[in-house]
Formats: sequence, structure tokens, C-alpha cells
Amino acid sequence: MQGSAIDSQAVVNYQAEVGHGHHGHPDYRVLGVIVFLIAEAMIFLGLFTAYLTFRAVAPTWPPEGTPELELLLPGVNTIILIGSSFVIHNADVAVKKNDVKGLQKWFGITAAMGAVFLVGQLYEYFHLEFGLKTNLFASTFYVLTGFHGLHVLFGLVLILGVLWRSLKPGHYSSSNHFGVEAAEIYWHFVDVVWIVLFILLYLLK
Amino acid sequence: MTQTLQEEATNTPAHGATEGKREWLKYISFSTDHKVIGIQYLVTSFIFYLVGGFLATLVRTELATPQSDFVSPDLYNGLFTVHATVMIFLWIVPAATGAFGNYLIPLLIGARDMAFPKLNAVAFWMIPPGGILLMSSFFFGAPGSGWTSYPPLSLVYNKVGEAIWILSVLILGTSSILGAVNFIVTILKMRAPGMVLNSMPLFCWAMLAASCLILLGTPVLAGALILLGFDLIVGTAFFNPTGGGDPVVYQHMFWFYSHPAVYIMILPVFGLISEILPVHSRKPIFGYKAIAYSSFAISFLGLIVWAHHMFTSGTPPWLRMFFMINTMIIAVPTGIKVFSWLATIWGGKLRLNSAMLFAMGFISMFVIGGISGVMVAAVPFDIHVHDTYFIVAHLHYVLFGGSVFGLYAGIYHWFPKMSGRMMNETLGRVHFILTLVGFNLCFLPMHKLGLEGMNRRIAEYDPKFATLNLVCSIGAYLLAVSTFPFIFNALWSIFKGEKAPSNPWGGLTFEWQTTSPPPHENFAIDPMLLIAPYEYGTEKAKEIIQAGPFLATAAATEA
Amino acid sequence: MNIPGSITTLLIGILLTVTSIWYGQNHGLMPVEASEEAVLIDGLFNTMMTIGTGLFLIVQGTLIYSLFKFRRRPGDDTDGPYIEGNIPLEILWTSIPAVIVLIIAVYSFEVYNSIGGLNPMDHSVAHGHSTQQIANMPGAAIAATLPEETTAPQPENLDNATGDRSPAVEEAVTQDPATAAVRDQSLPQRKDSSAMGSTAPRIGPTPGNVGKPPDYVINATGLQFAWLFTYPDTGIVAGELHVPVGKEILLNISANDVLHAFWVPEYRLKQDAIPGKQTELRFTPSKVGEYPVICAELCGAYHGVMKTKVIAQTQDDFDAWLKEQQVASNPNDLKQTVAVNPANQAPDEFLAPFIQDLGIDRAIVQQLHSQHAHSSAS
Repeated sequence: MQGSAIDSQAVVNYQAEVGHGHHGHPDYRVLGVIVFLIAEAMIFLGLFTAYLTFRAVAPTWPPEGTPELELLLPGVNTIILIGSSFVIHNADVAVKKNDVKGLQKWFGITAAMGAVFLVGQLYEYFHLEFGLKTNLFASTFYVLTGFHGLHVLFGLVLILGVLWRSLKPGHYSSSNHFGVEAAEIYWHFVDVVWIVLFILLYLLK
Repeated sequence: MTQTLQEEATNTPAHGATEGKREWLKYISFSTDHKVIGIQYLVTSFIFYLVGGFLATLVRTELATPQSDFVSPDLYNGLFTVHATVMIFLWIVPAATGAFGNYLIPLLIGARDMAFPKLNAVAFWMIPPGGILLMSSFFFGAPGSGWTSYPPLSLVYNKVGEAIWILSVLILGTSSILGAVNFIVTILKMRAPGMVLNSMPLFCWAMLAASCLILLGTPVLAGALILLGFDLIVGTAFFNPTGGGDPVVYQHMFWFYSHPAVYIMILPVFGLISEILPVHSRKPIFGYKAIAYSSFAISFLGLIVWAHHMFTSGTPPWLRMFFMINTMIIAVPTGIKVFSWLATIWGGKLRLNSAMLFAMGFISMFVIGGISGVMVAAVPFDIHVHDTYFIVAHLHYVLFGGSVFGLYAGIYHWFPKMSGRMMNETLGRVHFILTLVGFNLCFLPMHKLGLEGMNRRIAEYDPKFATLNLVCSIGAYLLAVSTFPFIFNALWSIFKGEKAPSNPWGGLTFEWQTTSPPPHENFAIDPMLLIAPYEYGTEKAKEIIQAGPFLATAAATEA
Repeated sequence: MNIPGSITTLLIGILLTVTSIWYGQNHGLMPVEASEEAVLIDGLFNTMMTIGTGLFLIVQGTLIYSLFKFRRRPGDDTDGPYIEGNIPLEILWTSIPAVIVLIIAVYSFEVYNSIGGLNPMDHSVAHGHSTQQIANMPGAAIAATLPEETTAPQPENLDNATGDRSPAVEEAVTQDPATAAVRDQSLPQRKDSSAMGSTAPRIGPTPGNVGKPPDYVINATGLQFAWLFTYPDTGIVAGELHVPVGKEILLNISANDVLHAFWVPEYRLKQDAIPGKQTELRFTPSKVGEYPVICAELCGAYHGVMKTKVIAQTQDDFDAWLKEQQVASNPNDLKQTVAVNPANQAPDEFLAPFIQDLGIDRAIVQQLHSQHAHSSAS
């Protein structure tokens, strides 16, 4: 994303020459990703708060006639997603040891788990007894899970992108692996959001 | 080592003229240079300012007479809705954060560019499409529910325009978030050696505080607009009472962003004023730390006052009291700033050029908005004036008398640095007088109108308000006319203005220590903090200013 | 020099104080105070005006003085004195505004309490605690139906601590046929719920009147682009609000379509009308006269003409008006009105009988029709 942040700075190496101790233009992209994720978190926080308010305001919640949510499939999905967070961390460990094969392996597994999650989510959508416009609960349910699902999809694309790039020899190394780190941080974020979401939508009665 | 540096210095074009005639093309390109992006922001947002101003004159033309006789009521609603949206999302926010933030932050902290130059360009290039999209809504029935877009009205009224409005604001909001990420990282990580947070120029403090607000507030607006969009387009019922939704929830989400938005628009301008006043008063800023930290106090408090826009809608009493007290407390850090500025001026050697006049005009006008701001914070009084012309007057004193005066001051102050040319002082003063008179003529009577019982967002009103409204409209026309000397001045100066020296005002911050305009990568040598930013009146400051721009040529480092 | 200097400062200070106090009391910016609440709110405003004028004069005075006194003289290229700050001074101008703001906050709190803003949880009326008393009041028609509701079994999933979430109580206000005919019955009329930000807001009884029922209960319904007032105890439907002076009025406010706001500038009171929520306003008119009722929340193209009048009368005149209206309104008409469901009609159709009352232009109602048709079609 910020591939050339360095390029434009790399014109002259005079910082090294003048010798102020720090060379070139240090890489702040990881910090950038974290700051950006604060903004992302605020969108979810806003939507969660809206959901909680609707819940609190409504005379009955979920509104009468809302079918009970099945817990088995989402539960399994949750375990898969949380598990994938641990899996992706192994990739980070691997790349720090210059082990690109390991990186590919762990990223591959994470991508598969993410894909299973998404398929599970879609399966749930098609087998639910309510639609987007059935009532307020249904609407919030679809918008929250859907918005989260989009984030999972984006995370999946990131992971696949890193996998694609890792095929090029030497693209990632123990000293240069921003893409790996960014994808991992993003994936953890998506994971944490899901845990909150799962508690709010499925477990909170 | 020295040789490399000298080569580098000779390679940097001093005035850009050496690059040939195609130089202007870079201003319409996907440039990653923060100075180009800053100027792109400034010019784009100023064009939108003119558009928004044109809409405002149409609104005032309708209101010149009590009858609804100039435009249709539907179009009238579209005019004020788009006017507000343009002025907020396409003029003040991009001009204050985008233009001055991008142009000045790297220069002020001694960096060669922003942390993420490409991201910066992406953020800018979201503005023109977002703005044109918004404008296009006039062809489909402009959004007519006010810039607040309260449901359920926004769900049933001019729906196509409303959908366009939502999309446009989402685009502009995203741009603003990306900008904020960039500012935060740049300010925290890329300061020159020797510059700690407490020796940053105050504009950086203000931008840091404003960026935090953007980062925390804008996404919530995005959330609200996503839900509103679902209601509008898909037909869900988040905010539609007919389907069990709650319109008040939207108001909470909307104001959670849109109140901080006021501080997003004013905090950077506070920063500009804190830069301008010491330079032209020839005195150090009075109470650096108080001004710096009060920015953060304001931005923190700004996050917990949103419901004061909803004193007559849906908030329980204890919450109203909570928000009332928070709102009033904001007057304290704001007061600290105002008094510190006054103390900075006091006893100085004021150089009353256009930049300084606008800066002093800013203090004068902003204080009126601040006083009426404390008044409307008081719940019982707000119950009377909520949604009246008193509020219209208040918000324009803050956003025009505050932000716009400050932005003008900033343009006059940094124009020589940006363009390498001086602006004409006489035209600048004419501009200031016309703006000051026109502005007060237009908005001062609105206080009385509101208190007497004229509500806002109406195309026709009680004939008893006719005289004052006519005065307001005349003021608005004068205000429109006041931009002509400025536009002429700016255009003329860019091409024919007197060549600007690198440090025309005798400033101490980094941007004045390099050429006007600064070269690509800003500085010939690596900036080192030699002196705190506001040490006017010291021998050291005198020496530095007399020695000339020490960052402009490599040779100067030898000294 | 020192002595004249301090005397000048003293004189300026005195002048400043006198001017501020004088202007704070004589600004002439407010319309007539026509309710008991208006007097209190104006007192607060005058205080804030006094402080505001003082602050305004200090700041503008400093700026203008500096403009002349401290401007750079030609040929003077020196810098000003090197003064970076003054901690005691900074503490002073932090603490003085803090104290002032605190005083204003406490004063606002007092005023808000006095006009009844802090008593919205006073459910003695809504829950019919003093049934006997209510039954004797002019508002008996509505009040009499209430005790049943409170004893009615609550649905299980309700939070019983805040029993007023019961739909039964919420609908109490529309018990009378006149209001039921005017209000959009497809919308819920929730009155209270416990969650933050969702309590139906209102100005409740003033502290002296807590526990006492209001003298008159009137229902106000906002719709694009008119107000309709129904008098539950008599079944009167009016386009103008008639109230007796010196009596406490409870206005139950609701909206049929979009947000509106009920505002009488001379009463200094405003309350949003929120579709799906019941809001209320309690006030005591104090001056005979006619004042505008204005919709203060943007409600569509003809928001600007959504106006009517509040007619404050003496008790005798008010009683006479009530009688006249009751005679005028044929009970059969009323039944007819009730029989048709206004939700199925375009506003101009069911408004037709009231157009005369409302004093609005037929053309506007026609416009309204086309707009309504448009919005329901899309």
C-alpha cells in the first residue's frame, strides 16, 4: 500500500552522511496501520452502540416473532476464526526466522480458515428464517455481521496478496516483512471485532 | 561530505522556474509532494468555498423578502443543505487540515515529507470526486433535509439527492480519516532532531488534537450514514419509527461526530493564529504550554458534549445536565487560548499587515461566537433558541468569524512561502475591511432575529422580521463582494507580485529558514532545532533572522 | 504616573461593570414574557448577557487599544519584550472563567429545575396515584382511564422497574376519540424507556406542582405541515391552541410523520415532536394574548409555513370558547372522523375539515398532497 513511501525519501542518503544516527526514512507503516485500525474500531463501536441502544429502547428484544438463532454453526465459526489468529501468528514467527516456506504454510492455513468462516457465514445467511427487513433485530444482525464479513473478506485478500508476493524469492525477509505484519495485525483486529460481535448478537439475551 | 551537500543544494531549484513551463502541471497530477498536495487542497477547497458562498447568496436572496418568491421551497431546502455540506466538508475541513496541515506540518517539524506521501495523494484525490458528486445532486433534486439529515424526513424527502449526499459525505469522511492517520504518524515520528513535543510549533499541537478527533469521530458518522443509507435505499428501519426504529439514535451518532467536527474545523485555525500572532507582534507566544495542552483539553471535552445539540429532542434530564456542564467547561481552555493571544499582542510591536489584521479580526469575532456558545450551552436558554437564527448567528461567528478569518490570515501569512511572491497589502486591507463589515452586517442581526422568534431553515417568515433580514442579505452580498479583491490579489500576485524573500516576516520556525517556495524535499540540509519556535525578542533570534535562511543552502551549516 | 494609572484602571473597571449590568438588563432582545417559565429563563439570559457584555468589552477593548498603542512605529525594527508567560496571571484567567462557568451552570440547573425539567419521572399523574383528584379535574376524561392501565398485567419481558414501557400506558393519551382520529395509529406512542438517550424528553411539573395533576391536558399532534390540538376531555379538535392564563397546561406532543418541534417564542419553550415517541411540555401561560406557535424542526418543503397561534385567554373567555366549540362540533361528525383511519388518507383529505381552523392556504394543502403522494409512491 505504501510501497513507495521510502522511494520518494530515498533520493539522497544525506541523512546517513550527515550522520544524525537514523538512516534513510524509517518505516512507520506498521504504526500507520495501527492508527488506521483505531478509526476502523470506532465504526464498529458506533454500530455496536447503536445496536445496544436499539436493544435497550425496544419494549421487547428481539422483537416478537424473531426466531431463535442457531448457535452451533456460528460457534464453530467462532472457534475457527479465533484459531486462525493463533495460526497467523506462527507465520510472523516464521518470517522473523527468515523461514519463507513456513510463512507460506501458515498463511495458507489462515486463508483457508478465513474462507471456511466466510462460507459458514453465507450458509447461515441462507438458512436463517428472517431477512434483512424482517425487523430491527434482523436488520442490525445482517448489517453487523455483513460489515464484519466484508472485513474478513478484505483480510483474506490481504493474506492472499502476501502469499502471492512471497512467491517472489527474497520479497520477505526477517528484516523486511511489513506486508506480513500488516496482514497479521488486521486479522487479529477482525478477530477481536468478531468476538465482541458474537457476544452481543448471539450470546447476550 | 560537504561536497555532496553542495551538489544537492545546487540541484534544488530555488524558484521552480528552472523546471520549465510544465511546472504547473504537477498541481493537477497525482503528486506525492506534501507542498503540492497542500496547495491542491487549498485551491480545490477555495473553489468549493466560492460555490458554497454562491449558494449562500441564493439563500439570502430568498430571505431578503418574507415571501417565498425566489426559488421553490424544495430548491431552497437543497440550497441551504448543500451550502452547509460544502462549507464544512469541502471548504473548512479540507482547507484547515488538508491544505495547511499538509503544507505546513513537514515544514514546521523539519521533515522532508509526510510519513505516507502516496496515501496523502489518495486522500486528496477523493475530494474532487466527492465534491462533484455532491454538486451533481442538484440535477436529481438536491438533498433537502439539512446537513444534519435527520430521519425520518431524510428517508422520505428528495431521496435520490439524499443518497448522493450520503455517498459524498462517506467519501469525504474517508479522505479526512486517511489524512488524520498521516498527520498523527508524521507529527509523532518525523520531527527534526532536538524537537521534542514541547518545542513543536503550536500548529502541530493543534493538528495532533484535531487529527485525534477525526480519527475517533468520523468513523461513527460513517456508521450512522451506513445505517441511514440502508434505511433510505434498502428500506430497513433503523431510524424509521414505523418499523420500530428510533430516529433519536441517529441524532446521537450524527452529533458524536459532528460536534467534534466543529473542533476539527477550529483547532487547526487556533494553531494558525498561534503561529501568526507572535511573528507579527514580535513577541514570544504567551503561555506556550497552556495553549498546547488546552488544544488537547478541548479535543477531549469535545468528544463528550455532543448531546447539547439535542436538548429539545431525546435526552433524559441528567444527561442534559451532564452535557451542559461539559460544554460550559470547554469555555475554560478556549478562554485560556484567547487570553494568551491577547497577552501575546499586548506590549508587542504589531505589524498590522493583512495577515495580522485577519488574525486580530479572528480573535474579535471568535469571542462573540464563544460567548454565545456558552449561552446556548445553558439548557433552559437553549430550549428557547434551539433551531433558531440565534444558532445560525452563533455557528457563523464560530465558523466564519473564527475558521474563515483564521484561514484568510493563514493564506496572507504563508502566501509568500507557497508562491514565492508577496501579496498586495492595500488590496489585503480592503479585503479585510469589506469582510469584517459584511460579516457583521450579515450575522449580527441574526442574534436578535432568533431571540425574537425566527426559526431556521425556512423559506418564508413573519413580515415583522423583514427589515433585519434585508440587512442580513445586504451584508451577505457585501461578503460576496469582499472575496473579489482577494481573488484578484491572489491571482495577480502569483504572476506579477513582488518576489518574496525566504523570510519576509522574520519568522523563526523552520519554513522561514528555507527558500520561498521551498525546494522538493524542503531543506538543503537536515534541519536541527537551533531555537525554540517563538523566541522573539532574544539576541539569538535576531542573529538567526539576520543570518538568513540557514536551511536553504548547504554552505550555511559551516557557520 | 502610578496613581493616575491605577485610578484609570479602577474607572475603566467601574465603567465596564456598570455598562455590562445596564446592557444585561436593557438589551431588548427578547419578545414578551408570556409564561411563568419565560420570566425564569429571561433572568438566566440577562445574567449571561451581563457577563457576556463584560467579556466582550474586555476583549474588544484590549484589541482596539493594542491596535493603536502597540502598532509598530515607522522605522522601528526591534522586537517586543521577551515575555514567555506569567504563571499567576495564567492561573487567574483559568480560574476566573472556571468559576463564572460554574456559577452559570448552577444557575442554569436551578432554572431548569424550576421550570420542571428535572421532574420528568413524576408519574403520579400518568399512573393515576391521585385518581380522585384527577377525576374532578377538567382532564378527567383521560385521567379516568388511567388506573386500569397501571393495574393491567405487564408483559413478562418488560423491565418492571420502569413499568411505563407498557404499551397500555403509552396509548393512554390517545384514549379519547378525537386524538385517536388525529394521530397516526400505526406508529407506536412510547412514552418512556429506561435506556440512556431514549427517555421521552419533556419539561415536567415545576417543583411546587410535583404530584399535582396539571389543570388542563391538551394533546398536540404535528404533521406535515400543521399542528392539531385535541382536548381529550371535551373532544374538541382545533388548529389553534386555546389556553387559559394562570393555569398549568400539560401538552402531550406527538408527530405523525417526521420530526417537528413545538415552539412558542413568547413562552421560551420548545419541545421536539418525535414520531413514535410521546413527549410532553408543562407550562403556565401568564399573559392574555395571541402568540405564534412555530414548528422549529425542519419538516419538509413547507416547514416555514407550519405555524399557528396560541391564544391565551382569561378563564371565562376560555370556558366560553370550550362551550362554543362543543356546541359547534356535532358528535356525529366526531364519530365519522373516528371511523375513518387517517393513516389511509393523504393529509389533505383528512385535513380538509380543519383547513378553515388551521388558517392555512388551500394551495399549500394541495402541494402537500402531491408531495405526500410522491413520498409514499417512492
